[in-house]
Amino acid sequence: MELFVQQLINGITLGSIYGLIAIGYTMVFGIIGMVNFSHGDVFMVSAFIALITFLVLTTWLGIASIFLALVIVLVVGMVLTGLLSWTIERLAYRPLRGSFRLAPLISAIGMSIFLMNFVQVTQGPRNKSVPPLVRGEFVVMDSGTFAVTLSFKQLLIWTVTAVLLAAFWYVVARTSLGRAQRACEQDRRMAALVGINVDRTISMTFVIGAALAAVAGTLYLIHYGVVSFADGFVPGIKAFTAAVLGGIGSLPGAVIGGLLIGLIETLWSSYFSHDYKDVAAFSILAITLIFLPQGILGRPDVEKV
Amino acid sequence: MATEASTDAAPAPTEPSAVARSLKDAVLAGLLALGLFLPLIGFQTVTNMRNELVLETRWPLLATIVATIIAGRFVYTLFVYPWLAARAVRPASLRYRLDTKTDEKRITWKTWATLLAAGFVAAYPAMVMVIGGGQGALKWIDNFGIQILIYVMLGWGLNIVVGLAGLLDLGYVAFYAVGAYSYALLAKTFGFSFWLLLPLAGILASFWGLLLGFPVLRLRGDYLAIVTLAFGEIIRMVLINWVPVTNGYAGISGIPRPTFFGLPFNASDEGFAAYFGLEFSPIHRTIFLYYVILALALLTAYVTVRLRRLPVGRAWEALREDEIACRSLGINTTNTKLTAFAIGAMFGGFAGAFFAARQGFISPESFTFMESAIIVAIVVLGGMGSQIGVAIAAVVMIGGTEIMRDLDFLKAIFGSGFDPTQYRMLLFGLAMVLIMIWRPRGLIATRSPSVFLKTRKEVSGSLVREGHG
Repeated sequence: MELFVQQLINGITLGSIYGLIAIGYTMVFGIIGMVNFSHGDVFMVSAFIALITFLVLTTWLGIASIFLALVIVLVVGMVLTGLLSWTIERLAYRPLRGSFRLAPLISAIGMSIFLMNFVQVTQGPRNKSVPPLVRGEFVVMDSGTFAVTLSFKQLLIWTVTAVLLAAFWYVVARTSLGRAQRACEQDRRMAALVGINVDRTISMTFVIGAALAAVAGTLYLIHYGVVSFADGFVPGIKAFTAAVLGGIGSLPGAVIGGLLIGLIETLWSSYFSHDYKDVAAFSILAITLIFLPQGILGRPDVEKV
Repeated sequence: MATEASTDAAPAPTEPSAVARSLKDAVLAGLLALGLFLPLIGFQTVTNMRNELVLETRWPLLATIVATIIAGRFVYTLFVYPWLAARAVRPASLRYRLDTKTDEKRITWKTWATLLAAGFVAAYPAMVMVIGGGQGALKWIDNFGIQILIYVMLGWGLNIVVGLAGLLDLGYVAFYAVGAYSYALLAKTFGFSFWLLLPLAGILASFWGLLLGFPVLRLRGDYLAIVTLAFGEIIRMVLINWVPVTNGYAGISGIPRPTFFGLPFNASDEGFAAYFGLEFSPIHRTIFLYYVILALALLTAYVTVRLRRLPVGRAWEALREDEIACRSLGINTTNTKLTAFAIGAMFGGFAGAFFAARQGFISPESFTFMESAIIVAIVVLGGMGSQIGVAIAAVVMIGGTEIMRDLDFLKAIFGSGFDPTQYRMLLFGLAMVLIMIWRPRGLIATRSPSVFLKTRKEVSGSLVREGHG
């Protein structure tokens, strides 16, 4: 029981990170129907930006307060990653928007390879590890043999995720940008007819998705304390799985899917086999797409002739 | 630098001149580049003696890159862009006049080019031997000849699935792996010969093609791509974790090499060299392997060309164009898709068996998603469905990245610490994006139909709905 509760806590922590990345996939797919293959690598780049910003703040500028440093890291990471995603959309995806369906996907795969190798070349192939930033933990349950703990780190990840999701929900549900996004998602041509700047809305979708991925990147760095150039691929696929599981195009679905994937992964590793935990995630992806392609909260895809 | 330039641009009159506009644009691009590259190029994270992560700065490099981008953007907006725009509005009749070459003429030209290419490929080892001599030739035949031909074959194999049937398969490397592991395990355990195991590896791979193809029949487009990617990764993880059979990360070594009709390529008295009274040289095996993979690749191409004229091949292309129309005309889409998967997988299996026999060592590292991405890139960049295009793309992409290994003169420009091989995949990814933007239909953008009324006419790739299904 204690082990289960502990894995539940760990799973939700991991799931919040996947959920944040999954929103980027689901929004882009909803609006232009494209699997943004490079999103996982954008997430990895954001973790590097967070790492470097953090080192600049602590070793160069001597900021001692972890809280202040964290806020600055998050803001810088979100801005720069958003800028990166805007540039990628502008250079690699927008010219292909009217092209045949697989063209943007191929371009995105190329971009993903480029980003991964760019970081490898500029930052070196080795793992980059940082000392634990947030120490300490609560003991939630103690049965004498096994103490269930909730570390401050995990609490921080939950809080940041919750705050960012609330802000994100506000943007999508209450602002004119969010309205434009939802309109584009329903019918792009009609949205253009009623005066919505579709290109700008799509750009902003990429920027928002990347900003949330940057939050996930920072939290990933805090959670694992280590990042390498190859870390974009597997979390990217898992987050995509989360988006599909929750129903692609559905924003709450992405968060729910992320939490589910996080939970399944941690429970699978603790009860079955640690070696095959990625196999479990990939199998869920395949099984969901084959048997439940609309996901938990998605709309079924209607085939039009 | 950036702020200086912007004050120059600021006092521009109400109608800014072209130069001022370009300057403003270039400065904005520079600022964007500065923002993007500041963390990743401006700083480098290195581990110091005490195993702590510290930062080193690379300001000169950052400044050079940003300055290059500003200059490039300036030239682009001032000169290149207006030129492109002017070219785009040129009357259409002028451009179409170039196309009045009759199709017959074009086809004879094509036949000659094909013959010439075939002659070059067939004579390649001899030519390299004459030019490079012993050791040099070994490298050129092995690294360029065999390596490129493996990818040509994989590209042609995947072309059946992606180019003809329009099913984007991002896990093609799984079948390559099945072929390689089938050959390695069966040859090591039972001692069967290469020529017996080659078809067997193909058959096993095509079984896997059916097995993986079956569940994905209902999926289309992007979803299909992602599920095949997942399958490819699952197979690789099984290879990694199923240690008793596959030996995990360590891989399988000492895989038996193919023989020349029973004559092994070694220095013994029964060897190939002794039998023909030649002096023993490792290059005999390399040349032999070169012709084996050439024959396999040509077999793939020949089978594809013939299949396109059979009902099944026509069904593939019909399926690529419109699945719903196919179904309403009574084509069994299940069988059509499965045959495409199985036949594509079979050629992947052949190539895998050859790969294992050539390397003598295989490990899961050779079958990562990156390999699949490279094969897909070759097919798409060459022009899906176009065999010549796929071959050209394989030569350019694989030959190009292989040649990166030999660019020693670059060290003179960028300093001795410069290692061109690091940039192989970086440039590969960049090339994928750029070629996609430049020619979304691939290098060869026309398709020759297998059915025609009076004369065979090339059709533009834009009229083909590739990758829809």
